[in-house]
Amino acid sequence: MQPFTVHQGLCATLVRDDVDTDQIIPKQFLKRTDKDGYGEACFFDWRYDSGGNPDPSFELNQPRYAGASILVTGQNFGCGSSREHAAWALLGYGLRAVIAPSFADIFRTNALQNGLLPVTLTLAEVRLLTERAQTDEGWQVTIDLTRQSVTDALGHVATFEIEDFWKECLLEGLDPIAMAEKRDPEISAYEQGRSALLPTTSYLGAL
Amino acid sequence: MSGNPQERVLLYIDLHLVHEVTSPQAFTGLRAAGRSVRRPDLTVAVMDHLVPTWERNRPTPDPIGREQLRQLQENCRASGIPLFDLHHQQQGIVHVIGPELGVTQPGMTVVCGDSHTATHGAFGTLAFGIGTSEVEQVLATQCLWQAPSPTMEVRIDGELPHGVVAKDVALGVIRQLGVSGGRGSVIEYTGSVVRALSMEGRMTLCNMTIEAGARAGMISPDQTTISYLEGRPASPRGDDFDRATERWLSFASDPGAQFDRTEVVPASELAPFVTWGTTPAMVAPVTERIPYLTDMPDQASRDATGRALAYMGLAEGTAIQDIAIDRVFIGSCTNSRIEDLRQAAAVAAGKKVHPKVRAMVVPGSGTVKREAEREGLDRIFRDSGFEWREAGCSMCLGMNPDILMPKERCASTSNRNFEGRQGAGGRTHLVSPAMAAAAAVHGHFVDVRQLSATERI
Ligand code: SF4
Repeated sequence: MQPFTVHQGLCATLVRDDVDTDQIIPKQFLKRTDKDGYGEACFFDWRYDSGGNPDPSFELNQPRYAGASILVTGQNFGCGSSREHAAWALLGYGLRAVIAPSFADIFRTNALQNGLLPVTLTLAEVRLLTERAQTDEGWQVTIDLTRQSVTDALGHVATFEIEDFWKECLLEGLDPIAMAEKRDPEISAYEQGRSALLPTTSYLGAL
Repeated sequence: MSGNPQERVLLYIDLHLVHEVTSPQAFTGLRAAGRSVRRPDLTVAVMDHLVPTWERNRPTPDPIGREQLRQLQENCRASGIPLFDLHHQQQGIVHVIGPELGVTQPGMTVVCGDSHTATHGAFGTLAFGIGTSEVEQVLATQCLWQAPSPTMEVRIDGELPHGVVAKDVALGVIRQLGVSGGRGSVIEYTGSVVRALSMEGRMTLCNMTIEAGARAGMISPDQTTISYLEGRPASPRGDDFDRATERWLSFASDPGAQFDRTEVVPASELAPFVTWGTTPAMVAPVTERIPYLTDMPDQASRDATGRALAYMGLAEGTAIQDIAIDRVFIGSCTNSRIEDLRQAAAVAAGKKVHPKVRAMVVPGSGTVKREAEREGLDRIFRDSGFEWREAGCSMCLGMNPDILMPKERCASTSNRNFEGRQGAGGRTHLVSPAMAAAAAVHGHFVDVRQLSATERI
């Protein structure tokens, strides 16, 4: 897992609710079999016009947001399809954190698994950040995972909650699979005790 | 399983369903770390998301997609995971074949790298979608780190009005909760309407739980569940079936169970619904109109609605029945089971698809397809002018050649009307199978309840 400790970067805004993973990375880019190279296709249908050129009316295409690494956006970000390609695409686009009033459940886990930090703030705090990013060109914030804080050059902006489990994984770059493997004796014991009536799939392909 | 100091528990997974699109990177990661698949015998794989739905004997035309199929085949072979490939008789959409084969049974935990995994909750399972990193973790350890979810009861009381089906219940629930109203919860659907639904209907309802932003949806097992499971390929037989039945029914919810939150959806308020926007909550009864922007409660919803209507090429205040369509798609893990096809065929029988409409039916599985053909439904569809295809996800997400062209408008029985979901620039309206068939015949949305009276379906 890619660790996340402290990150300072430029904030860009995408002011809409319910941004779904079909928009973050459209299906035609899901056929690849690796995790890299999705950045160019991030927000594809919004980002490019029909001729394949950057669409100047798309919020993130404003020159002032070039090089942004923190996205400030609306509620229920990442809803829809479970595709982890959405997290890979946002990372490929250059983002390290997304700040929103709420995230869709599967997307949030996918982001955490890849070291893209989902920061949940109140609606009022997100509005404040949005305004600052829109008025104050080049405005940067620092996200400190240890302190669970978002600050700018003038000081404190907000604090956020994150589960201890993910905080520890991210700070130390731990691998959740390795952590589960450490519990192997318990997993094996549980397997011994599972009901013999539960189905297996072994013979299915051959039907 | 047991807890851990970090508020996460390790949850054992009883069934892991795998498909071609969200698994390649998981297998690659597994190999890179020198790990192997812990329980291939609790895993089953299928090719469904990008498979072509016709001319299957020719090589899959798209080389990148072909590579994905090849990798799934190779990964399954190397790790001993049973695979339903393109040519298998029982190939189909992952959430159709699991229940059909009988591997989805009450009390199990079921995961899949697909957000509509909640479908399996219809059997009283805890079933939810996961990302590719979690697919890798389940392959390696058969476990997932999970935090307990809040619980929510969605009670649908009363009796469904004539012409209103499970899809309308699902859309009605999302209409009431909103697309993020159920966020993070596990929903249990209760009430007289749910008890009266068939297993097919229950699967349709649970399938769309994710569209209300909930994590999983489930229905308490009862005699309907048991009857469905009897005789399925993976169901226990003889005495074992009786023992399993007793076990399954022990997972039924306790009377008076407490939930963190309860929502009541009165059946009398449900109608045949049609979505008009770009989220499933942008929905109205077929007899009503698209809302006026001035009726919206705040600026944010005016902006969102305005953007949705611009994308959909529709004006505020338009009567739903005045919306003309170009395409019809009957299929997807929401509505491609035999009962869905029967409902659509009943409307299509003896009529012709409108000359301006191109309509297709994509059965959920090879098994559904053969049953439909045995009942003569394929002839009804073909005679009416519907295309009759092979099983797969098809135009639900348009990863194969079945896609909408920009600005094409489609009445679809699938589950998502997001921008570009069925093809870049395509416009999707979600409806029930009967509503889709009726729209195919008339060229615009019509109220199936009216048809019932005048055309004696
Ligand atoms: S039919 Fe659609 S929603 Fe269902 S599994 Fe396939 S792509 Fe996903």
